[in-house]
Amino acid sequence: MGNTKYTYAVARIRALEVALFSDAVIEQLLSCKTAAEALQFVVEKGWGDMADQDDPDVVLRREEEKTWEVIKEVAPDASVFNVLSYPKLYHNLKAAIKEVCTEARNPNIFYDDCPIPGEEMLRIVENREFSRLPSHMGNVAQEALETLLHTRDGQLCDIMIDKAALEAIRKAGKESGEPIIENYADTMVAIADIKIAVRSRKTGKSADFMRSAMAECDGVNVEQLIRAALAGEDEIAQYLEGTAYAKGAQALRESASAFERWCDNRMIEMLKPQKYEAFSVGPLLGYLIARETEIKTVRIILTGKQNGFSDEAIRERIREMYV
Amino acid sequence: MNIAENLGIVYALLGAAVAVLFAGAGSAIGVGIAGQAAAGVVTEDPSKFAKVLIIQLLPGTQGLYGLLVGFITLSKIGILGGGALDVSVSSGLLILAACLPIGIVGLLSGIAQGKTAASSIGIVAKKPEQFGKAMLFPAMVETYAILALLISFLAVNGIQI
Repeated sequence: MGNTKYTYAVARIRALEVALFSDAVIEQLLSCKTAAEALQFVVEKGWGDMADQDDPDVVLRREEEKTWEVIKEVAPDASVFNVLSYPKLYHNLKAAIKEVCTEARNPNIFYDDCPIPGEEMLRIVENREFSRLPSHMGNVAQEALETLLHTRDGQLCDIMIDKAALEAIRKAGKESGEPIIENYADTMVAIADIKIAVRSRKTGKSADFMRSAMAECDGVNVEQLIRAALAGEDEIAQYLEGTAYAKGAQALRESASAFERWCDNRMIEMLKPQKYEAFSVGPLLGYLIARETEIKTVRIILTGKQNGFSDEAIRERIREMYV
Repeated sequence: MNIAENLGIVYALLGAAVAVLFAGAGSAIGVGIAGQAAAGVVTEDPSKFAKVLIIQLLPGTQGLYGLLVGFITLSKIGILGGGALDVSVSSGLLILAACLPIGIVGLLSGIAQGKTAASSIGIVAKKPEQFGKAMLFPAMVETYAILALLISFLAVNGIQI
């Protein structure tokens, strides 16, 4: 009966899935005339708190917090979700190192909803207490700080930390012991590698640069991807056609935003079967990603409307929904 | 009472115990699993309490079947009437064998039904109007508990003491 520890959590998530936005609700939201009207629409659906209902940022941030509150409450073992907190954790490290090196202070650049919030991360880097960081972070934090101090090369520092983040994500995925989390982590790393290849191609970076930025994964072969990126954008698409990311090749040929959209849609597609699971961590992960995608889509619509984008331009960026 | 001389009644009692114990344990586990799922749904949506409660109780029947077989076994060997009958070793073993179907099938089907009930509670959480269909899936598992009950019942009744 070892597989019944998620029974309560999954049932609760099932009940919460009812409130997720379907494609039809997103259509309704799109048909709102102004950003204020669209915000009012999501607030009426229960988004945000009673306070600050007029500020879209506050409403969206509150929704993110609510999702994590539920997951932390129901998950018997929250450590399997480490994979999801790493991007924010490493972002905080990156931001803290830059703050320390430039001696500037911008409190708004940190994420506070992760294991080491901004303030604490800043203190750790400032006092060089790297042993207080998780083991997968300590070395890279020290190296990146020294590199930035000596070379003043912000990009080098960024790629070091980003690569460490990708490696940590893949490792955490493997250690979680849950196939769905492992698959998710590997997909995340593969998509990051593909993005690096595409951007490196556009900015004419060398093979060595790409090698130092990309992390190994099962989904794509880093060396082959680098060779393709050096040859041209079409070659990247051609290489992808022979991998599990074949459909991404088509999106890549279309436009950068179409590719970003495809990346998110692929995650959702991968997670959709979790709606029919009753006894595993899968539905929790599915719900988390579904909520993230939903919040991202609402943010795209709100900012699109605020900036007077046409409905068509917004629609191109809208993600597929989980339900 | 000398146990060695009364092994027949010991076996028969063991049969009753097997029926009640295993079938009851199966139901307890099954209702427990379904109960966790029910609690999950009610946390978010208390209005679904009645529906999920009914589904939660479905795996509870195996325990009752075990009780029934245990009950007829006890009355067969006279323990319920107050005066235990003189049961031969062979009759006692026959009664023990007769009690096995509901004991074993009750245990396994109770657990299986509990898992199916938990999944069905997921249906009620998302589509409460499909309650009827959601009830049917765990009810299918019930068939096999009833078949085992039937055989245990007929067998215990048919044994001549």
